[in-house]
Amino acid sequence: MKWLYNIVEKLRPTFDKGGKLHALHSLFDGFDTFLFTPNTTAKRIGAQIHDATDSKRTMIVVVLALIPAMLFGMYNIGYQHFLATGQEAGFWATFAFGLLALLPYIIVSYVVGLGIEFTVAQWKHEEIAEGFLVTGFLIPLIVPIDTPLWMVAIATAFAVIFAKEIFGGTGYNIFNVALITRAFLFFAYPTKMSGDKVFVRTDGTWGWDNGQALVDGFSGATPLGQIATAQDATVALHNTVGQPLGFIDAMNGLYPGSVGETCVWAILLGACLLLMTGVASWKTMLSIFVGGGLTAWLFNLSGIDNAAANTPWYMHLVLGGFAFGAVFMATDPVTSARTECGKWIYGFLIGVMAITIRVLNPGYPEGMMLAILLMNAFAPLIDWCVVKVNINKRMKRATLK
Amino acid sequence: MGPLNANNPVVVQILGICSALAVTVQLKPALVMGIAVTIIVAMSNVVISLLRNTIPMRIRIIVQLVVVAALVTLVSEVLKAFAYDVAVQLSVYIGLIITNCILMGRLEAFAMSNGPWDSLLDGLGNGLGYAIILIIVAFFRELLGSGTLMGFHVIPQWCYEHGYVNNGMMMMPAMALILVGCIIWVHRSINKEEKK
Repeated sequence: MKWLYNIVEKLRPTFDKGGKLHALHSLFDGFDTFLFTPNTTAKRIGAQIHDATDSKRTMIVVVLALIPAMLFGMYNIGYQHFLATGQEAGFWATFAFGLLALLPYIIVSYVVGLGIEFTVAQWKHEEIAEGFLVTGFLIPLIVPIDTPLWMVAIATAFAVIFAKEIFGGTGYNIFNVALITRAFLFFAYPTKMSGDKVFVRTDGTWGWDNGQALVDGFSGATPLGQIATAQDATVALHNTVGQPLGFIDAMNGLYPGSVGETCVWAILLGACLLLMTGVASWKTMLSIFVGGGLTAWLFNLSGIDNAAANTPWYMHLVLGGFAFGAVFMATDPVTSARTECGKWIYGFLIGVMAITIRVLNPGYPEGMMLAILLMNAFAPLIDWCVVKVNINKRMKRATLK
Repeated sequence: MGPLNANNPVVVQILGICSALAVTVQLKPALVMGIAVTIIVAMSNVVISLLRNTIPMRIRIIVQLVVVAALVTLVSEVLKAFAYDVAVQLSVYIGLIITNCILMGRLEAFAMSNGPWDSLLDGLGNGLGYAIILIIVAFFRELLGSGTLMGFHVIPQWCYEHGYVNNGMMMMPAMALILVGCIIWVHRSINKEEKK
């Protein structure tokens, strides 16, 4: 670490006022504090709280928590590809295929998003905000693997500008930026974001394995897609080559879906890290699963004649983006409710809304994205109500004369 | 020239947003709508300005509405006769010009206290200011949303063959609102001194 520190210190004068590269000082500051504790700390006057955890380190924890889901997503991309084309491939070949397929998305998302962040930071003479670290990592994980790259670029730019920068940058956004990216893609290019063509990379990557014929009986529909398009009141879920898909299979996640959302084990691993470090709130997570499970269970009992309503409640919790959204999206500290009691309400309503959208609106097989965005909008209101109730309770207790 | 830029009814006074969102999916209806509103604002401004000394203050809104309604019906009939397709596309929004905030705003704020010639100019200016915004928004929405302008394909076929897809979001009113927001943003950053 010492040599890195020396390099940074040697470069510092170049970026200071009057230095050659002063124009890029925010970039330098960004990387400096990314690596080391800032030099400028609070003054020794008055009472101050010192904490070495600044938001960059929080972000890094989230990125670490996302890595299992990403690695599994890569493997799954390759797995689905080779399954669809009926080939046998070793573990590393499978993984490498997925890595090559996903890498461009990660690069595009970071280059576009950070480019805009840096430009805005320079323009407003502010420090670079670190919020995009996580967003840029989330975006590749929540899109289907066959989304064209330029769409991801446009959607990322749109989300960073209109969901974040115009509200004042990191920490001021009302809506989760990564979800706005996905929502933009979903509404702007619906043919590329849903259906049974986009979730499995059937063509090759970088010219590797191009033009393979698909096996008989191939279907790239996600389980939720199968449920939404089912004709009968119950549906037998199956994977890409028609083998049945049970609860444990859904947990294992070797089925088509957005890149990072399929394997519940990987998501749980990330959830453990987030909860142990205290970055995400266990109340939000738990209440989402409770709300979702309860709603799905009620729909199970209600006897509505529709495949989504008859899907067992525990399946709803592990299929599609429910777990991923609950763990990584809804717990975003900026856009979720902040009061402790508010977190319960916020999470519970996300679960309820997600399942309700899945069941009652056949146009949207996946309700998690819309549910979280909707509750993002209501989070400040929930907080306000919680605070008001608390004030009133205390006012009653106090004896005012 | 005030209403066209510095005092534009849509981007500065934020009036008439609802119709700006509704009719701007394509350029042609937006153009027609802009012209229709311009004519109606100008004419009703003149009429009200001529009548302004005889209208009792208490029932002035009703009188204004009658004048506007008569003009709107006239324009609507003309459109139906000569440009039926566009009239069908605009459907209810031609009728809803009656409730357009720009109209009532100009009648109340300007025509009730100024002479006919000034009122005519004021009406024309505000109508055109509205039309300009409509046309800008519709230009982008039609270009990016359907790849056409005035119904002609302008995005070449090879783009589609190479994976270009029209942006469905542009077809939704939400995107029109964001576009209007962008125009306001650009407008405000150009006219910095207008800010209070």
